[in-house]
Amino acid sequence: MFETALSWNDLAFLAQGAAMTLAVTAVSVAAGTVLGILFGVLRFQLGPYWAAPLTFVLDIFRSVPLLIQLVLGNALQSIMRLGWGPFTTSCVVLSLYTAAYCTEIVRGGIGAVPPTTRRAARSLGLTWFQDMRYIVFPLATRVSLPAWIGLTLGVMKDSALVLWLGLIELLRASQILVTRLQEPLFILIICGAIYFIISFPVARFGGYLEKRWSPND
Amino acid sequence: MIEIENVRKSFGQLEVLKGINLTVPKGEVLTVIGGSGSGKSTLLTCINGLETIDSGRIVVDGTDVHAKGTDLNKLRRKLGIVFQQFNAFPHLTVLENVTLAPRKVLGLSKAEADAIAVKQLTHVGLGDKLKVYPSRLSGGQQQRMAIARALAMSPDYMLFDEVTSALDPQLVGEVLDTLRLLASEGMTMICVTHEMKFAREVSDRVAFFHKGVMAEIAPPDELFGAPKDPDLRQFLAATH
Amino acid sequence: MFNYTFHWNQALRALPQMLDGALVTLQIALLSMAIGLACAIALTLFRLSGNRILGGFATAWVEIARNTPALFQIYMAHFGLGNFGIHLSPYTALLVGIAFNNAGYLAENFRGALKAIPDTQTRAARSLGMTSLQAFRYIVLPQMLRIAFLPATNQMVWAILMTSLGVTVGMNTDLAGVTQELNARSFRTFEFFALAAVIYYVIAKAVTLAARLFAARMFRY
Repeated sequence: MFETALSWNDLAFLAQGAAMTLAVTAVSVAAGTVLGILFGVLRFQLGPYWAAPLTFVLDIFRSVPLLIQLVLGNALQSIMRLGWGPFTTSCVVLSLYTAAYCTEIVRGGIGAVPPTTRRAARSLGLTWFQDMRYIVFPLATRVSLPAWIGLTLGVMKDSALVLWLGLIELLRASQILVTRLQEPLFILIICGAIYFIISFPVARFGGYLEKRWSPND
Repeated sequence: MIEIENVRKSFGQLEVLKGINLTVPKGEVLTVIGGSGSGKSTLLTCINGLETIDSGRIVVDGTDVHAKGTDLNKLRRKLGIVFQQFNAFPHLTVLENVTLAPRKVLGLSKAEADAIAVKQLTHVGLGDKLKVYPSRLSGGQQQRMAIARALAMSPDYMLFDEVTSALDPQLVGEVLDTLRLLASEGMTMICVTHEMKFAREVSDRVAFFHKGVMAEIAPPDELFGAPKDPDLRQFLAATH
Repeated sequence: MFNYTFHWNQALRALPQMLDGALVTLQIALLSMAIGLACAIALTLFRLSGNRILGGFATAWVEIARNTPALFQIYMAHFGLGNFGIHLSPYTALLVGIAFNNAGYLAENFRGALKAIPDTQTRAARSLGMTSLQAFRYIVLPQMLRIAFLPATNQMVWAILMTSLGVTVGMNTDLAGVTQELNARSFRTFEFFALAAVIYYVIAKAVTLAARLFAARMFRY
């Protein structure tokens, strides 16, 4: 039958890589989402004119390749003598990258709440913060959640690029095994399957939510 | 002549047409009334072959619509149909909406098609909207454009499927006026409608559909003045 | 705070070289879009065909493209195909990887666009005597292209950004590759990559702007 030099130890090595991928993703998405909500609310409140500088800066993160951003982030932390390791640097850059996309999602979600609904809330005597907390937040979450799930998966896939800074995540771990065992196709298929198993069910769930919560149905 | 013989049609468990027999001669204006789910709209889409039938026969000028060898695309040229939703083609101007089928289906040149389209659009009162996209038109104007689009194929018969049902009340009149105009010109028409006053005015005969059966058919004075069918009496009482 | 002197002159002197790289970047992006578009149309037709095998093939392609990293797809083209004795150059591997990715996303985009066009449009066209092919060609397709255009523009920007991944498989003629080579010789990492970032930004914005102008001319309704 099929013969391979791949050992259990190697599989554990791949699993470690996958854990690193998930760790980087979790930290970046968590931090990026907090920042994204902050920036999103800010962008919405300030209006297009006053938010222009913020919009411009965030747009840069969406118009420059992530790989270049990672290299720049790493160079900058070394210039500033911050002494960050690759994990910290990767997480910081990916968080800002996530925040840039998350801001758009949050702003869109808030914008989708009808102004009449908000006026009704305010006319009942709710404060701006209460309106945000009890009216806007639940409604905007419905609109934004599918896109946010998509963003999370996107960051998970894009996190493969941190290998350039020397972090051994799933793809880099596979590459190391490929070099050692010389079985590129087999190992890469395992690697791809792991990504797929993480991503596909979540993507399907996002699609289901989108369909279920779509206002037209 | 449109001959409908014992036509039956089901959607799954639900039988919407339970053996309809009806003949519409050239030049007649027939209106079909009845509650929702009575099968009246389904009948129209069966006549031009957009829906299949389960049994029976529909014959248009000697051609069996649902026979195997029938060229439906050719048959549909003589059967114009206008739907409740206007179905304007949003990416084409009013003129292009009307000229597309004459050019691509009948093979007319652009000049020929344009001439026909301008004539038909002027006819329905849209002569000044040729270069406009449908999104700029009111519902009534879009519906009149749809009528002109069907007329541009020079059909022998026109089928109208609740063409005023999706319109704001103040726009209904302009579309009905267009239908009256067509009727007065001798077009053979089958109109499914909820507009009783209109049905009374323009029809040669009025048919009442109830639960998939044609319960009564008679000239308007008779049908509205002395309804025989108890369901029809109830229906008329409820609509007035 | 900074105990570092920026040397921008060195980077600026390398600008012509980097702009040559930018041309290669643009070339790969455009080619990968053209190939991706052709494949996406085929995949869409496969999925509409009702044929189980063709449909399954298309679905597998789309789901793999969307649920694995683009870099993984490029690695597959570069290292994975080696098992079959196919050894692609970095340029070709990069092109194949990005085209594969583009095709998957565009096919999904087309499917969404087709769904957005109501059946009544086809019905109206058929009732005027058009064949199903004519109804698709004159009524459905133009509307689909309009709906799909903006997401396709975004995919084009993605394709430009994805070309930077070539450097990980040894590509050294595109913008990222050229920048990396310059960097390896001078160690002025920040200056060179900052300049590269500016060039990527300008290209991305120029493409977006061009697409908007094109759309405004094409889709007037």
